[in-house]
Order: sequence, then C-alpha cells, then structure tokens
Amino acid sequence: MYGSIAAIAAGLAVLGAGIGIGQIGGKAVEGIARNPEASGKITTTMIIAAALIEGVALFGVVVGFLGGAK
Amino acid sequence: MLEKSRLKSLFIALLVVLSLTNGKAHASDANGSGEEQEAFNVSETIMHHIKDAHKWHLWGNEHKGTSIYLPIIIYNKGFKVFSSYHFYHGNEIQAFDQKTLKPVKYMSGVGPAQGYAIYHEKIYFIGNGALMIEDGHVVGNEKPLDLSITKNVVFMFLACIILCVLLFASAKVYRRNGAIAPKGIAKFIEPLVVFVRDDVAKENIDEHKYHKYVPYLLTIFFFILICNLLGSVPLIGANLTGNISVTLFLATCTLLVTLFSSNKNYWKHIFATPGVPVALLPIMIPIELLGIFTKPFALMIRLFANITAGHVIILALISIIFINKNIAWGALSVPMALFISFLELLVAFLQAYLFAMLSALFIGAAVEEGHH
Repeated sequence: MYGSIAAIAAGLAVLGAGIGIGQIGGKAVEGIARNPEASGKITTTMIIAAALIEGVALFGVVVGFLGGAK
Repeated sequence: MLEKSRLKSLFIALLVVLSLTNGKAHASDANGSGEEQEAFNVSETIMHHIKDAHKWHLWGNEHKGTSIYLPIIIYNKGFKVFSSYHFYHGNEIQAFDQKTLKPVKYMSGVGPAQGYAIYHEKIYFIGNGALMIEDGHVVGNEKPLDLSITKNVVFMFLACIILCVLLFASAKVYRRNGAIAPKGIAKFIEPLVVFVRDDVAKENIDEHKYHKYVPYLLTIFFFILICNLLGSVPLIGANLTGNISVTLFLATCTLLVTLFSSNKNYWKHIFATPGVPVALLPIMIPIELLGIFTKPFALMIRLFANITAGHVIILALISIIFINKNIAWGALSVPMALFISFLELLVAFLQAYLFAMLSALFIGAAVEEGHH
C-alpha cells in the first residue's frame, strides 16, 4: 500500500513541474512573438529555467522512490 | 558521392533499420521463447540494471549468459583480490528472511572467495556461518572494506581515457600549428571549449578572475557529458552519473572550489546580508549558512534524478515486451523507447551544461568584488 502512496506523491510532484514548465514555455513563446530578434537569448533562458524547475520536481520523485522502496 | 535523393533514401533506410534493431529488443529471444522460470518482476529488473554490479553483464541469461567478471578487492585484515567469478558461480544458498519469512537467495563464494557471501551486490563476511537476513537487509554480518573494480569504476576509467584521448589530440593540433583554424578532432572540440569559456565562465565569473576556473569547469562539463552519453549506450551502458555517490563527489568538488576561492565579500554577504534589518539577522544567518550546502546538494540530486529517471523510463518501456511475453508489443514499445532515447541525448547535454553553469554561478558569487 505504501508503494501506491509513494507513486501518487511522485505524480503530484510532476504535476507541479508540468504546470511550472508549461508557464515558462508559454511566456517564452509570447516573448519571442513580441521580439523575434531576441529569440536566441529567450530560448536559452527558457531551457535553463525549465531544467531548474525539473530539478525540484525530481526531488519529489526521488522522495517517492525512497518511500516506495523498503 | 551519391546523388542527393539516393543519399536521402539510404539515410531513411538506415534510420529504420537502427530503430528496429534497438539492441535491447534482442534480449527477448534469450528469455521469452517458452522458458517459464518465474514471473517477470519489473521493478527488480529495472533496479538491477540501474545499480552497480561486480560483473559486466553483456548479453544472454543472467546466470548463463556472457559477462565480464570484474576483480573484487576487499580488505579484511589484509587485502584479498580475486575474480567475481568465484561469487557468481559459487554456491547458491536458499535462506529465509527472519522477519517476513520469505525465501531469499544469496551466493556464497568458493575458492578464493571462501568465507564471503554476496547479496544484492554487497559483500559480507560469513566465515563458516550464514547470512542473517531480516526484512530485506543483512544484520549481524560484518562487511569487509570493499574496494572492488565494479562496473561503474570500469566505466569511469573508460570515460577518463576517452576524455584524455579527445583532448590531448585536440591540444596537439594547436601545439603543432599554432593558433589556426582547427583541423581534425579539434574541429569538434573547439566550439564546445569556447562555449564553456565564453558563455559559461566569462558570463558568470568576474572578468579578471575567470581564467583560473575554466579548467575546472571544462573538466566538469566534459566528464559529465561523456558519462551521460556512455550510460545511454543500449546494451552495455552503465548507469554512471545516475549513481548518487558519483554525483555526490562532483557536487563536493564544486563546494570545495567555491569555499576555497571565497573572499571576504562572500562571507560578509552570508553573515551580514546587506539591506537586511539587524533584528532579522538571527534568522538569516542560519538560513544563509544552510544555503551554502543546499546549493551543491541540489546540483547532486538534479543530475542523479534526471539521468536515473531517463534510464528507468527506457527500461520500463522495454519491459512492456517482457511483461506481455510477446514480441509483437515491440512495435509499440521500441519506437517509444527510441523517442525517449533521443530525449535522453538532449538531457545528457543539458545536464552537463547546467551543472557547469551553476558551478560557475556559485564560483562567481564567491569571488565577486563588492560594489561598495
């Protein structure tokens, strides 16, 4: 039973990451639409921010792993 | 050279062939052809492929297939060196978990490995007795100091050799010809090196001081990149950067470089953050002190979790074939695994870049001169 609670916990963490990275992607696309010349810088910033948020989400997944394994 | 349309069709054919013969799919022939030993345990298989091992399992069945048996070096009142063959082809002992009363199996060594047993890839000293297993863990048996050359160590050596060969060959081009447009392997390495020097080091570290840290950042970047890429090789890759000890060491290196190059300004920012009213300082100081350690900790977890998660996803997708014991499921799972493998390539580059960039950021914060 604890395995499935751990799985739900990991899923919730990924939910937060999905919302966050989705927002970043959306704002990045808006920024590029407004200013196509800055697309290189915007893309780089977007990728960095996405990787940082993914790091936090993977904290949650790792804790899920720890909870699921005995 | 072939004309363009023939080249295109050749390329597409190659891509199709490569996607169909994704190395892992071959493993199903050895197992699923009617031999029903035990139910296929997905999580155990995945854990086995992610963890370190004392033998390098190439192909075939777990026990009878082809593996390279790596040397075991243990220290228990004296060094003992022997091949892990004596463990993996030793006596298989059936025992019972003393708490959950479930049957467990462990291998006891023969020959030079007499008196030791291996359980879940960890070595224990048993003498003439037996392993006492309780609730999945071994209690009561002591562990000798294990300095073996395991699969991860072999891959680290391999990564170092690849690094040295690539970079010394590039350096030779410049040493022989001076500062020219590069030829040979340097054509591939130079953009990466210039990228790390300009966009990672110069951006984040003070302009007069970044020279000292470029070698460290280059080492981190190339080492993590090559280790990630080695881990993605289908049949024979080892999960190197997905091992938390390896990433722990890399993060500790960053922490040490940051601490040893910190100046007075950095510590002033930690103990008396400018702009903070004095009444809040008792709260801010512990937080800042903890912050010194949480930043490399996040580096460690980020790299470990990204790479391990990628491997787990690919293994789980391939396991779909084994769970359903029908190779027709390969039509679904191999293209998905191929797509995730491409994503893994991107993640390999991205994580290497991110680790180097965040290291540069921390070092930059440590050597920053104050404005006042």
